[in-house]
Amino acid sequence: MNLLKKVFNFYYEGFKSMTIGKTLWIIILIKLFVMFAVLKVFFFPNILKRNFKTDEERSKYVIEQLTTKPK
Amino acid sequence: MEHFDLSLVNWSRAQFALTAMYHWIFVPLTLGLAFIMAFMETLYYKTGDEEWKRITKFWMTLFGINFAIGVATGIILEFEFGTNWSNYSWFVGDIFGAPLAIEGIMAFFMESTFIAVMFFGWNKVSKKFHLISTWLVALGANLSALWILVANAWMQYPAGMNFNPDTARNEMQNFWEVLFSPVAVNKFLHTITSGYVLAALFVIGISAWYLLKGRNILLAKRSIIVASVFGLITSIFLALTGDGSAYQVAQKQPMKLAAMEGLYEGTEGAPLVVVGALTPGKEFNDEKDPFIFRIQIPKLLSFLGYRSGDAFVPGVKDIIEGGYTYTDKNGKQKVALSAEQKIQRGKIAIQALADYRNAKDAGDTAAMEYNRKLLDENFEYFGYGYLNDPKSIIPNVPLTFYSFHIMVALGFLFIAFFALMLYLIYFKGYNINKWLLRLGIIMVPLAYIASQAGWIVAEVGRQPWVIQDILPTVAAVSRIDASAVQVTFFLFFAIFTTLLIAELKIMFTQIKKGPKDGGK
Repeated sequence: MNLLKKVFNFYYEGFKSMTIGKTLWIIILIKLFVMFAVLKVFFFPNILKRNFKTDEERSKYVIEQLTTKPK
Repeated sequence: MEHFDLSLVNWSRAQFALTAMYHWIFVPLTLGLAFIMAFMETLYYKTGDEEWKRITKFWMTLFGINFAIGVATGIILEFEFGTNWSNYSWFVGDIFGAPLAIEGIMAFFMESTFIAVMFFGWNKVSKKFHLISTWLVALGANLSALWILVANAWMQYPAGMNFNPDTARNEMQNFWEVLFSPVAVNKFLHTITSGYVLAALFVIGISAWYLLKGRNILLAKRSIIVASVFGLITSIFLALTGDGSAYQVAQKQPMKLAAMEGLYEGTEGAPLVVVGALTPGKEFNDEKDPFIFRIQIPKLLSFLGYRSGDAFVPGVKDIIEGGYTYTDKNGKQKVALSAEQKIQRGKIAIQALADYRNAKDAGDTAAMEYNRKLLDENFEYFGYGYLNDPKSIIPNVPLTFYSFHIMVALGFLFIAFFALMLYLIYFKGYNINKWLLRLGIIMVPLAYIASQAGWIVAEVGRQPWVIQDILPTVAAVSRIDASAVQVTFFLFFAIFTTLLIAELKIMFTQIKKGPKDGGK
């Protein structure tokens, strides 16, 4: 417990004493939000995961894609 | 090829190139600066001189800015795999899974744990533990790069796998063959050393600016000496690994080598072009001289590519027409097939995969077995089956040629610059001429240009292949709406440019401020 407290304090004090680091953390958080909550969800769905339930269906689809010409 | 939506393929390629190249702006500095900081902190640990601590902390701040802005930019590439390149991501899934998972775990534990100690741990943990943490951050960052580069090398030289027609995936047969393929080893060493050289030039450039401004003199002088020694050693190693890469390209991707050198007609004792200008509009089978002018070194290309000054180096035309002798990956002498023959064998492989699947659905085991055999026999040319025109196996020759020559020329310029810097410091003390300091500042953007040019050589030079000979870009792309890819291209352009501006602004502000607690 004592160790956990020490580790917590280490990070807490570290973050608290940051100067430029605070700006950087804001940038990182905004960036991660834009990536995971906006881009990933709205612009970059994993189409094989989204459109098919099983790996067998996915492999069948990919084989079809690889062996037929687009219409 | 004409059956594919080329605007979709081209927008997808452009988007991938944009994101990968932006990501690559941040990565090399992280790789090299981490080691430079570790060396500086080692000097602090050994001498106890507080100035070294101040110097280390200053560069650590710039490292932190670059790391923070650059971290996770690579994740977007992974999103693109799932959306724009779903065929590809499924096709390679099993090979990429292990290296990328190891990378994720390693990067997370090594970097998140020890970076915190590195930034927050001054005066809180022992000097020794802090130093170890800094070294582990440097090693961790470089080991993260290893796994990505192993995956990339596999795409350039697929090895250690077997294609499973039931799952449509390449399954890993031999992890060590993937990890230690000669292409992977060279690619890793060459790429990380390019990052070391870039970081050394970055440190020298900023230090040179301080010297020109007459501020932070001790920091600048000490930083220059550390970066110059590090830069000279690593830039020589960069040239050696570059030679190793050229050798691997000659063996495994002869078309890329031909494009790098603008070599249309193969020859024995092929010369290396040192400087040259390509003839615009040159076709592989016309009579035009490929060069408007060129300066070349006799026999050097043969020597670099085949370790013999008299070896035959195939040109673009030879690779398309076939008929020359080469050594395959098992060391056997073979006569090269023409692109037309490879296309025919590729079509047989694709048809065999389709027939195998139909036979499986019909429960016809004899037909399954027959088609499986046919597929295996022709799989090495699988990707050619998607191409209709032999010309489509030629990458963009001017882009590859000029990128390669810019990269090499700058590489040698960097060696000369580091050597000159050290020579002048040794013989003239730190009274370095202003012109050399100004040159030091100019070297920083040049280092980034060289680094990006290297990416272009490696990735544009292998087109049309996503996986060499096995999967071309046209077949790897998901059949989605081209306009959607176009929209996200501009979206990324805006996001990454904003990030870059943010980084430059924060970085320049911090450089102008200098070290937090002054210094001499």
